[in-house]
Amino acid sequence: MSPERKKGPQALHGPGLELSEEVIGPGFENVSAPRAQGDKRRSEWVQLAHDALGYRRTKIGLVLVLFVAVLAILGPLLAPYTPYEFTGLPYAQPGSDAVLGTDHLGRDVLSRVLYGGRSVLLLAFAATAIGSFLGVTFGLVAGYTRDAVDDTVMRLLDVVLAFPQIVLVLLFVSILGPKVWLIVLIVGLTHSPRIARVTRGATLEVRERDFIKAAEALGVSRIRIAIGEILPTITSPLLVEFGLRLTYSIGLIAALSFLGFGLQPPAADWGLMINENRIGLIVQPYAVFVPVALIAVLTIGTNLVTDGMARAMIGIERDTGAA
Amino acid sequence: MSRIALTVRDLRIELDPSGIEIDSEVSFELHEGEVLGLVGESASGKTTAATALLNFQRRGARIAGGSVNVAGREVFALGKSQLRHLRGGEISYVPQDPGSALNPALRIGTQLREVLEEHGFGSSDAERRDRVDEMMAEVLLPSDKEFLRRYPHQLSGGQQQRVVLGMAFACRPKVIVLDEPTTGLDVTTQAHVLSTLRDLARAHGVAAVYVTHDLAVVAELADRIAVMYAGRIVELGPSHELFRGASHPYTRGLLAAIPVIEGRRALKGIPGYAPRPGRRPVGCAFQPRCSYAVERCETEMPPETTVSQSHLVRCWRAAEVSAVVSVASDANESALVGGDQEALLQVKNLTAWYGSREILHDVDITLRAHECLAVVGESGSGKTTLSRCIAGLHAFKMTGDIEFQGAPLARHARSRPVPIRRSIQYVFQNPYSSLHPRKTIAQILKQPLDIFFDLDRDQREERLAELLELVSLEGSLLRRYPDQLSGGERQRVAIARALAADPTVLVCDEVTSWLDVSVQASIVELLVRLQREIGLCMLFVTHNLALIRSIAFEAAVMSEGRVVEYGPTDDVLANPRAQYTRSLLADTPTIKGALSEG
Repeated sequence: MSPERKKGPQALHGPGLELSEEVIGPGFENVSAPRAQGDKRRSEWVQLAHDALGYRRTKIGLVLVLFVAVLAILGPLLAPYTPYEFTGLPYAQPGSDAVLGTDHLGRDVLSRVLYGGRSVLLLAFAATAIGSFLGVTFGLVAGYTRDAVDDTVMRLLDVVLAFPQIVLVLLFVSILGPKVWLIVLIVGLTHSPRIARVTRGATLEVRERDFIKAAEALGVSRIRIAIGEILPTITSPLLVEFGLRLTYSIGLIAALSFLGFGLQPPAADWGLMINENRIGLIVQPYAVFVPVALIAVLTIGTNLVTDGMARAMIGIERDTGAA
Repeated sequence: MSRIALTVRDLRIELDPSGIEIDSEVSFELHEGEVLGLVGESASGKTTAATALLNFQRRGARIAGGSVNVAGREVFALGKSQLRHLRGGEISYVPQDPGSALNPALRIGTQLREVLEEHGFGSSDAERRDRVDEMMAEVLLPSDKEFLRRYPHQLSGGQQQRVVLGMAFACRPKVIVLDEPTTGLDVTTQAHVLSTLRDLARAHGVAAVYVTHDLAVVAELADRIAVMYAGRIVELGPSHELFRGASHPYTRGLLAAIPVIEGRRALKGIPGYAPRPGRRPVGCAFQPRCSYAVERCETEMPPETTVSQSHLVRCWRAAEVSAVVSVASDANESALVGGDQEALLQVKNLTAWYGSREILHDVDITLRAHECLAVVGESGSGKTTLSRCIAGLHAFKMTGDIEFQGAPLARHARSRPVPIRRSIQYVFQNPYSSLHPRKTIAQILKQPLDIFFDLDRDQREERLAELLELVSLEGSLLRRYPDQLSGGERQRVAIARALAADPTVLVCDEVTSWLDVSVQASIVELLVRLQREIGLCMLFVTHNLALIRSIAFEAAVMSEGRVVEYGPTDDVLANPRAQYTRSLLADTPTIKGALSEG
């Protein structure tokens, strides 16, 4: 893997920038961080994205993610039919009026694929956002207060951590019924312990730094220190964690749909499509194969982007510049 | 004349891939048994040049030209395995931090033997064991089995550095490169390490290159000194000649910045800071900071000229510079405030713990209004704990009283009433970690203003400008981030943040220990000025005994959590009563001898 050399200070937009409204203050982690020539400063996240894009894996990942995202978002505009229309016989082979054939009820597979991506993307994203919010809150509180609060919060989260995510989600869904909001909430909730651990670790390190002590000596309130002083300094690891959890969310939510706990028929959804059409796998493979491939591409894509960001953050192959 | 051990010719190092020059035209040679002090501020390229002697560069830098010859071998022409054999064999390296140079998972005996085995030293295990014993004796450490079975963390910093020194000398190298090996050590330990090094180099005819930012450290150690600035050697000459007849304005500036124990004189810093690679001006790189600069300096790089046979300098006006009378009298006597001021803050019977360990035992000190009290001590003496207790930052158990204006102070800053919290401000040791990395200087300085004062927009802007002026910083810095500032500038910002609260007491915890000597001098200059102009009461904590005369009227010497000596600074330095103060005085490196010699 040979990172391409960075040249001018052009601001490249990269992965994870959908969160950019959370950027509180730009800046670099430390003096040895990569630095563009000249005095022009970039937001730390832009810098991270820029460095990450130096890796080929990030570029590939970004292309994959963008491909699926564009397909999912713009798909409904391009679809030849609505996802609920019956356009032919069940399991019809691909032909001139149905490019990818039809599904088990005779609906156009292409149209259902084009419509079915939004739910996966949206639910995964919402679940990850909820998980991040909860996890960061728990982690900050635990890491900054320490002592009894720390122990209590972290041990409680360990309990959640002890159950496999899917088991926990299935438990709640089978009790309360397959509701979309419930899935998002529970998936988010099961993400939070892992995110909390990362946040807590980063917080523990930062809270010992002198600038936190300086704020304490001035009498800045604890909440303001946590949000205004600590949080902005730990955004990089959290961003990577966000990407990782997004990958897991996509897989988990697709799996729940496949198991029949996600969106209910007749909704178009990739996970659901796999379940509905698997009986006809031999006869009409496209109805299963295409959603599977798209989910795989999306997962691999987010994973590659996250990996690239993690590498950029740790500084593997970093050009140290003038130090 | 002994044989030449090391020849460096026109060494050039660039940033990779930009090709920006870090070091250029670095040339010198070194005889066996000779010690060369390579001196310069941060960003002068001294460490980069030093590691190039081993044909090593950190990632992002590249050796672009020149040659290094160690004991007749061209270092840059060697293959990987030859190079590995050379390093540690013919030429060895002692890094700044011994803690990171030793493998924490291996016993030191194992590590010492490893060096010998790797380089095929000795023919049998018994022979190598003997050599280990010998090495340990050379660096004045016990060589019994029990000691060799220890892990690095079971050794003190000084012992660790001596083990590393022993490893460096293990295979009887021709050349040894030391990169600020005593920076993290106490003066007493430093004195031991320096004398060990000197003796070993002399005894075995090893040529040593000693990299440091502090001329005082090499004053007695080095035979010759090379002063580096912006990647070039600006002055190179025998130690005694350089100290007495410095011909480069930069060398003179460095000398004037060194605190002297014996005579009271105001410290003079060099304004500005050393430019980083890529930001260096055309012509003479020192010209923007130079009081001797003429028009020619702005356009033409001065060539190397000889002052005497072995004394080279790179300055257009070297003759005029060296004609000026000696450096020591360049600086004026300083007048410090002091006398019978009323007690402002009193520490009574203070005992403090860190975890379950008692750090301070029954400490009594008094800060008087408008005066500065220096607290001097080595690491572990409890001086930082004392200052943190006063600032309300001590997180562990403490007993005794701290009274401010006659009323007892709450333990934690947070539980002190706002006016009290405002009155006592604290400046941290490390300016690289005390400023929030994601905030602009303006945001950092606004924080105390918003907490303590109710200012409208205009008043606040006005106050910010006033604060920057007070610490001699430009207003344009307000929009910058801490990492765009030099260490000295950062520390000024940290001081400005403390001053923003309009305090009556300023607690300065080792505020110069992370800074170059030249920058240290200008920070001390600033603090003395503040004391005089706004009548601040100051607690100045330091490990450097030489500094206190320049700043403090009274001094307290601390050792192992107790105040062992307390009185007016002049008395403490002139007639030390405690044995500890005396040994501290003896071990503090000084340039007095070098200046007056001959």
